[in-house]
Amino acid sequence: MFSLNDLLVILPELYLTAAACLVLLFDVFLDDEHRDATHWVAIVVMLVAIFLVIRGQPPETVTAFGGMFVRDHMAEILKVTVLIATILMFVMARPWLKDRKLFIGEFYSLSIFSVLGVMFLVSAGSLVTVYLGLELFSLPAFALVALNRESKLSSEAAIKFFVLGALASGLLLFGMSLIYGATGTLDLHAIFAAIGTTQHLHLLQFGLVFLVVGIGFEFGAVPFHMWLPDVYEGAPTPIAMYISAVPKLAAIGLAYRLLETGLGPLAGDWRMMLAIMAALSLVVGNVVAIAQTNFKRMLAYSTISHMGFVFLALSNPTPEGYASALFYAVCFALMETVAFGVILALSRKGFDCDMIDDLKGLNQRSPWMAGMMAIAMFSLAGIPPLWGFAAKVLVLKAAIDGGMLWLAIVAIICAIIGLFYYLRVVKVMYFDAPAEDVELSPKPDIALRWLLSINALGLIAMIGFSGVFFTWCQHAFGV
Amino acid sequence: MTTLPILSILTWLPCAGAILVLLAGNARPHVARWLTLAFTVITFALSLVMLTQYRIGPGGFQLQENLRWIPGINTSYHLGVDGISVALIILTTFTSILVIAGAWQVIKTHVHQYMAAMLVLEGLLIGVFCAMDALLFYLFFEAILIPMFFLIGIWGGPRRVYATLKFFIYTFFGSIFFLIGLLYMYHRAGTFDLQTLWNFPFTMKEQSWLFFSFLIAFAVKTPMVPVHTWLPDAHVEAPTGGSVILAAIMLKVGTYGFIRFSLPIVPDASQHFAWLIIVLSLIAIIYIGYVALVQPDMKKLVAYSSIAHMGFVTLGLFIVYMLARQMHDIQTAQLGVQGAVVQMISHGFVSGALFTCIGVMYDRLHTREIAAYGGLAKVMPWFAAFWVLFAMANTGLPGTSGFVGEFMVILSSFSANPWIALFAAYSLIIGAGYTLWLIKRIVWGTAPTKEAASMPKLNAREAWVLTAFAVAVLAMGIYPWPLMHLMDSSVAQLVTHVMTSKI
Repeated sequence: MFSLNDLLVILPELYLTAAACLVLLFDVFLDDEHRDATHWVAIVVMLVAIFLVIRGQPPETVTAFGGMFVRDHMAEILKVTVLIATILMFVMARPWLKDRKLFIGEFYSLSIFSVLGVMFLVSAGSLVTVYLGLELFSLPAFALVALNRESKLSSEAAIKFFVLGALASGLLLFGMSLIYGATGTLDLHAIFAAIGTTQHLHLLQFGLVFLVVGIGFEFGAVPFHMWLPDVYEGAPTPIAMYISAVPKLAAIGLAYRLLETGLGPLAGDWRMMLAIMAALSLVVGNVVAIAQTNFKRMLAYSTISHMGFVFLALSNPTPEGYASALFYAVCFALMETVAFGVILALSRKGFDCDMIDDLKGLNQRSPWMAGMMAIAMFSLAGIPPLWGFAAKVLVLKAAIDGGMLWLAIVAIICAIIGLFYYLRVVKVMYFDAPAEDVELSPKPDIALRWLLSINALGLIAMIGFSGVFFTWCQHAFGV
Repeated sequence: MTTLPILSILTWLPCAGAILVLLAGNARPHVARWLTLAFTVITFALSLVMLTQYRIGPGGFQLQENLRWIPGINTSYHLGVDGISVALIILTTFTSILVIAGAWQVIKTHVHQYMAAMLVLEGLLIGVFCAMDALLFYLFFEAILIPMFFLIGIWGGPRRVYATLKFFIYTFFGSIFFLIGLLYMYHRAGTFDLQTLWNFPFTMKEQSWLFFSFLIAFAVKTPMVPVHTWLPDAHVEAPTGGSVILAAIMLKVGTYGFIRFSLPIVPDASQHFAWLIIVLSLIAIIYIGYVALVQPDMKKLVAYSSIAHMGFVTLGLFIVYMLARQMHDIQTAQLGVQGAVVQMISHGFVSGALFTCIGVMYDRLHTREIAAYGGLAKVMPWFAAFWVLFAMANTGLPGTSGFVGEFMVILSSFSANPWIALFAAYSLIIGAGYTLWLIKRIVWGTAPTKEAASMPKLNAREAWVLTAFAVAVLAMGIYPWPLMHLMDSSVAQLVTHVMTSKI
């Protein structure tokens, strides 16, 4: 049985469920002329959701439905970031979608449902909620990737994403069943408690491996990264932006809930797995990114390497480590939105600005956009005074504190390799002459320009507020 | 304490100026120029205000500002200056004005971006010299790369892309190990505050590792042999202003790092490995001097001579251990450090002036080949006079600033070991060799081509810039006392600190 209190705890999620249905319904009654109304309604819906998440946040962790649902500060930070990232996507996607006749209401309702899945996932208190949240997030995401049904590339990407995603959730589910078998419970806290007394340690470890595989897939860490470049390249650019930011945030929640809340006592086992995945992701991501000519594919490999950085922090299973990982993931999401946002701003009807060479001489054509992109690139490379630098420092610090000095050294060597391809983008924009045959969008949408600028300049400003934000992150993990 | 946070203003005012200049846009280059000049002049004036507020007698770190930055990792926005940093900040603000004036009509494309990059660079460099928090220092230290990357890459010569990428990746490579060192120190000491780190007892093993993590970063930046190869490329391809800033100030960031990190934080490892630095410095002084001798390109010649001169700085800094710890000759040890810092400042003026001279010639004939010039004494007599003056300063002629620092370093190394002094002094001969030979080829003789014979005379702007450099060079050479007095107590404190072993 549940009480009214339980409903209050999940009020933001309840609200968003209703709102997603309403957006879907509302859109049915609009003709194409008035589709903009859906856009604005969707944005308002998200803003209200942010308000509800923040406003209703209890000072202490509360649970609902017998521990199935947890509302704590970590979930709050993740939810707010996911909502912000989605709003950014909505605003930046509109002109792009309009140009390609993809400006349809389903885009909004699918996205909102997907976000809803993330919100459940990061608040999960039991294996069931974890799985439900993950599926609710993934299924709309598969559909979103296939939004442009006339594009073969998109369909291919969607099918790849779907098949591999299904495989990963299958593995995750299998792992969960093993853990259930070993502990006799689905509740994460109960699992934690049962590990001390269980007779089936090997079964647990066996299950753990499958969970780590599922988590690795969600992050896109090597060796479970193969879907990522294809999805980035094939998906419509706004969706690629969504896929680059939101699942990573969800994965932080997933990893924390499963590995720390549930299987914390096995940290000695899983931290080494994460460390190895971190090292592999860093090496493969950075090295392969150098060879890319497609900008979106390059960003995909860069994402893989950044996930290596997140794992670097997670391999130090302390509140400090988790806080750094959370910090990094939020920072990463907001850097990706800038990088993709510039691409969206420069694309026009019939032309996707998604090759690196399309950016040639951008400084002469559109200095402001070039500046935004340069900020994103330097931030991704972790050069001060940009926000990515603070994130990198915190993550490296977490690794060193966790006794993983070797991993930190691997990470920085890879960062040097990675620097090259970020700098190449800047080089192409600033030092090369514009390509004659490339025609960029003459004047990007005003809302897009403003939001993009705020987002990018925020990457500079946030270095000053890193302290405040890191304190929140630490607070989320009870430091 | 003063009420005005003057160091923050000095750091951020140029950066704020950069935003205004960028807003001026590409269409109004003249607005951008005047605005930039105004900001550099104001910053210079403010740095003089800082000089008056700095009390020389007590030394130590003054005008401190301390704000929380990331409390979670105990790092703060902590600024402060001692005598050494005051001198370097004034060098920075002074040179910046001349660089802006020097680039007045030379830079024709994207003027506002050039000026903005210069202003950001100035602000960040000032930030490096006042940071009292290790992470904050690192932030400025590495952020410098971004404007410099653009300066070389956009306004540079034909191989600018290669040069700027090499410069960026090389320097980043060095500094990232420094970052790991910093994080390790934090792991042990629990803070990034420099003053705490200076007194933290690291073990010998830790010190050795930290020493090398610092060494990679600062050796690349200084640059020392064998990691100097980025410098000639960067210098040759950079626009004149970029070269001047690079030679005059950015190289000092590396040696300043030695003063702030290697010497005080890991004194025992520094003592243990001092021989390594001394050998590398001597190689830089002698071998690089020979390399400079054969360069056909003027900028490359001066770039190599910069490396050789920076060898004096590192020599002066690391000779301290022999003197202070083994021979207990504190006075001479102080002389060595002081000589090193004087050499840093002096080299700032001299190399800046030389690169400006080369820029003036490049603007006329668009080549840096020595063979393309000749007979300057007839074509541009005043300019030739400047050339000779700066060349003399570069060789260390008494009466010019170049003499003071080199003499002090040689003197102190003589007390440590006459052989070191012998090798170091040998540089005076090679230095005279390559500089005088350069002068012989471009100033005397006859012009090889018609264009070289009909180069227009110095214009007023160029003349003023060179005069300012000349005044600085001569003033420092004839009356170096104010500069030495300014940093006397700071150097004494540094040497006292270095004397005490941590293990």
